[in-house]
Amino acid sequence: MGAVDITKLDFFTSKLDAAIGWARKFSIFQYPFVTACCGMEYMATACSHYDVDRFGAGLPRFSPRQADVLFVVGTISHKLAPVLKTVYEQMTEPKWVVAFGVCTCTGGFYDNYATVMGIDTIIPVDVYIPGCPPRPENVLDGLMKLQTKIEKGEKQTKLYVPPRTS
Amino acid sequence: MSLPELLKNRFPQYIIATHNFRGDETVLLKREGLLEVAKTLKEDSAFDFKILMDLTCVDYLKFGVTPFNAPTTVTPSPLPFFMKPTKDPKGEKWERPEGNASRFEVTYHFYSLSKNHRIRLKVPLDEKSPEVDSLTALWASADWFEREVWDMFGIVFKNHPNLKRILMYEEFVGHPLRKDYPVNKRQPLIGPIN
Repeated sequence: MGAVDITKLDFFTSKLDAAIGWARKFSIFQYPFVTACCGMEYMATACSHYDVDRFGAGLPRFSPRQADVLFVVGTISHKLAPVLKTVYEQMTEPKWVVAFGVCTCTGGFYDNYATVMGIDTIIPVDVYIPGCPPRPENVLDGLMKLQTKIEKGEKQTKLYVPPRTS
Repeated sequence: MSLPELLKNRFPQYIIATHNFRGDETVLLKREGLLEVAKTLKEDSAFDFKILMDLTCVDYLKFGVTPFNAPTTVTPSPLPFFMKPTKDPKGEKWERPEGNASRFEVTYHFYSLSKNHRIRLKVPLDEKSPEVDSLTALWASADWFEREVWDMFGIVFKNHPNLKRILMYEEFVGHPLRKDYPVNKRQPLIGPIN
């Protein structure tokens, strides 16, 4: 016996990460935060025709404490922003966020007193799915991109800081 | 006799003007007479307006100031009573003799189930004291409508039981649908101002 061989430990843990990443990417428990018309397209994607269950994301959880991925589907107003942040903070690690539709990505065509200009100013966003609303194929593409991220263990931690502040 | 004429005969002191555009009867009213006229509209059997369908407000601050936001000549809907078309043959310039004395117009739409007729009341309000009597005592549906108009336009409804914001949050300063509210001024509760 001697000192622990660190190189072997390194080798072993990285394989475990890969195994965990592979398992996690097919067990996405999503929390759908549905506020607006994008919800229709979300439902179309989740139902049997496009069958989101193929990606292991077929079981939405309606408690943020049981969820891994926060799907923000629809326009977020300034009145609702604190609620969204609370929901995000209630989720346990590891957690990811998907911005579904242009309103969540950038504010979309809204440029007024009521709308948050992109939820990434409030919570970190991993995958952006633009579209008004996005087609189900587009959503599935975003979901696969999210799976790649989960598999690699990547995660967005930074907020977007808008250049235009007053 | 049409509904506006009936009203005009009964309340000549309150009626400013009436018009009928494509079958929509409209009566312009001084704000002092609103409660009295509304009570008659609801309780008199000749009117019998049991439903207050809609209650909203218009801000005419920038209306007709430039040709860009002047009423179009293609569909000649009635001008606000305080505006006059000039003698310009193209009709692209409009005069506002009173300035902003009638900046806001609170609009009421009534419907009668028994008579199947409708009427629209408009109450012009001064920029400096945008106050009008609340109709909550007569129609319960006025409650949330009036709260919305207070929230968006800052019209004060006297004797309203619970006049507070209904759409925006309490921390919000100002009234966003007023034409002098900057169109993209945001007041976020959390996060940056962007």
